[in-house]
Amino acid sequence: MTTKTHFREIEGRSGGYYGLLALLVIGIGLGIIASLLKGTYGHYITGMDNQIVWGLPHVFAIFLIVAASGALNVASIASVFGRKLYKPLAPLSGLLAITLLAGGLAILVLDLGRPDRLIVAMTYYNFKSIFAWNIFLYTGFMAIVLVYLWFLMERRMNRYSTPVGYVAFVWRLILTTGTGSIFGFLVARETYDAAILAPLFIALSFSLGMAVFILTLMAACRWTNRPLGDVLIGRLKNLMGVFVAAVLYFVAVYHVTNLYATRLHDVEAFMLLHGGIYPLLFWFGFILLGSLLPLLMVFHPAWSKSRAMIASAAGLVIVGGMAQLYVIIIGGQAYPLDMFPGYDVSSTFFDGVVMAYTPSMVEFMLGIGGVALAFFLVVVALKFLRFLPENLSDEKIDPHHGGTQRSEGTETAAAGA
Amino acid sequence: MSDERTPNLSRRQFITGAAAAVASLTVAPGVFLLKTSSASIPDSPGTKPGARWGILIDSNKCGDCNACVTACHEENGVKSLNRPRTDAQWIRKVEITDRATGHSRSLPVMCQHCEHPPCADVCPTGASFRRADGIVLVNKHTCIGCRYCMMACPYKARSFIHEPLEDQLPHAPRGKGTVESCTLCVHRIDRGERTTACVEACRKDGNGAMVFGNLNDPDSEISRRLAQYGGVAIRADLGLNPGVRYQGL
Repeated sequence: MTTKTHFREIEGRSGGYYGLLALLVIGIGLGIIASLLKGTYGHYITGMDNQIVWGLPHVFAIFLIVAASGALNVASIASVFGRKLYKPLAPLSGLLAITLLAGGLAILVLDLGRPDRLIVAMTYYNFKSIFAWNIFLYTGFMAIVLVYLWFLMERRMNRYSTPVGYVAFVWRLILTTGTGSIFGFLVARETYDAAILAPLFIALSFSLGMAVFILTLMAACRWTNRPLGDVLIGRLKNLMGVFVAAVLYFVAVYHVTNLYATRLHDVEAFMLLHGGIYPLLFWFGFILLGSLLPLLMVFHPAWSKSRAMIASAAGLVIVGGMAQLYVIIIGGQAYPLDMFPGYDVSSTFFDGVVMAYTPSMVEFMLGIGGVALAFFLVVVALKFLRFLPENLSDEKIDPHHGGTQRSEGTETAAAGA
Repeated sequence: MSDERTPNLSRRQFITGAAAAVASLTVAPGVFLLKTSSASIPDSPGTKPGARWGILIDSNKCGDCNACVTACHEENGVKSLNRPRTDAQWIRKVEITDRATGHSRSLPVMCQHCEHPPCADVCPTGASFRRADGIVLVNKHTCIGCRYCMMACPYKARSFIHEPLEDQLPHAPRGKGTVESCTLCVHRIDRGERTTACVEACRKDGNGAMVFGNLNDPDSEISRRLAQYGGVAIRADLGLNPGVRYQGL
């Protein structure tokens, strides 16, 4: 039996708290300015054009949406896989899932050519479009996680939290499948049009969501002087490591499958060898900095004891995830459509040309705005509602924590399932 | 239970109430306003019932000239703003050179008016659609500017309007933040005309490489030529059955 967890609002009166809040408000302000500029002058002030139609805002947005579904995993491990150890973290996990999704959706909506037509997007549906499905998946996810949070935090409803946890878990798997399928369903482009993008995005959501969760939890506990024990952090960083390895596996299968097909040799050579920024981001950003190095950091017997090392590893996983999404989203569009196989092609519309893309400040501001919105909501919610446990020290969360080493293996296996 | 009946609104009650209000505000428009928004589009008297309009392009005849492109953009008020990356192009001349033989050709590429258009499949609001006569269009009232159709189009046929426009033509509505492409001169067809600006210009000022017509009418010139000499689709492997066909590829 675990001892009872006490949740308490954070005090939120310190200079540091208001400073953080001010910083996030500035970030949101930058996003609003960016969307006003776009609304006034049009998209030509961005780096996007008729060839690279989705740019840096979409990298930020998809990062946040993918991380949102992954952030819910900690709660799922508690409710669905019955690990009591993670139960005190479930409310924060649900909160992050909602706020990250809100940040991502804000970017997506504000990057529309006509954001004023949001009501059109909510009243006209083409059900053959995975985009239309995603609108339901995203809003449904928010609603389900809100109910889940209510059941978790309202003592009278606690007993119903497990079934809702199941629904949320299944829903989040479908949601990330939908996000991956935005690309997987694009039959015309060589780099997309692959069913494996759906599970790849699911694995990516696990690793990115866990990385964001670890950093948020560490920061929240540190800044509010709440104890956070090594047992929990140790479990979380191990899970993150397993998820990073899972992403590497799916990426390897994706590329090996493509490399087998002669018709895809050119595009693979572009993405992996001579495509300029894209191979650089792939090998250096995603593989080395975002995967291998964090794996070493979280599994190294001595290094993995250090909190700074674990936090850095989580930060690197986020950097790697951004690099990977940049390669997938922008690299996939930069490579020209193969309309005439076997022919060299040219035109005034940049046919047959690898399109250069330089993200503009406006796009960056919009992306930052979405991230700032997500964390603004977290910081405000922590002050007014009881999301954060008072004490997460080893003795508090697991009185028998002497025996935790024994169960670690099964824990990881269950969560990775 | 009875303690809940205090006059002060607890935080919990407030949050529950606020959540309910937000939920009903979100759902209400979908429930109640859908009915009023389905304005009916009058039948187009100019098109032909049962027709499928298409264009046949003979790349052996097509030369260096640009008459089709100029005519299309003039007809539809598509002007260059001297920003090649973001300028709209409804039709373009593409030079292709066979890597094996070095043989070069030039041909116009525009919206191929697919029978199974990927743009319409992926469009979340249904703004991209295919008319009964085979013309693929964008409903400028419901396009939200997400550009997913541009990601999906195998022919790079679509342009996004990247900046405010002025002096648009009444028959070719265009506006910042929406996607557009060749309309197969739908305004002409709906007036009862049986040619497009590009085909007309090709015949008059170019090399007579383009034929417009009804693919469903076996006696039309386009069908007869296709029956006699054949014609291929670009990216035929995708099985989209486009209404624009090419000879000499």
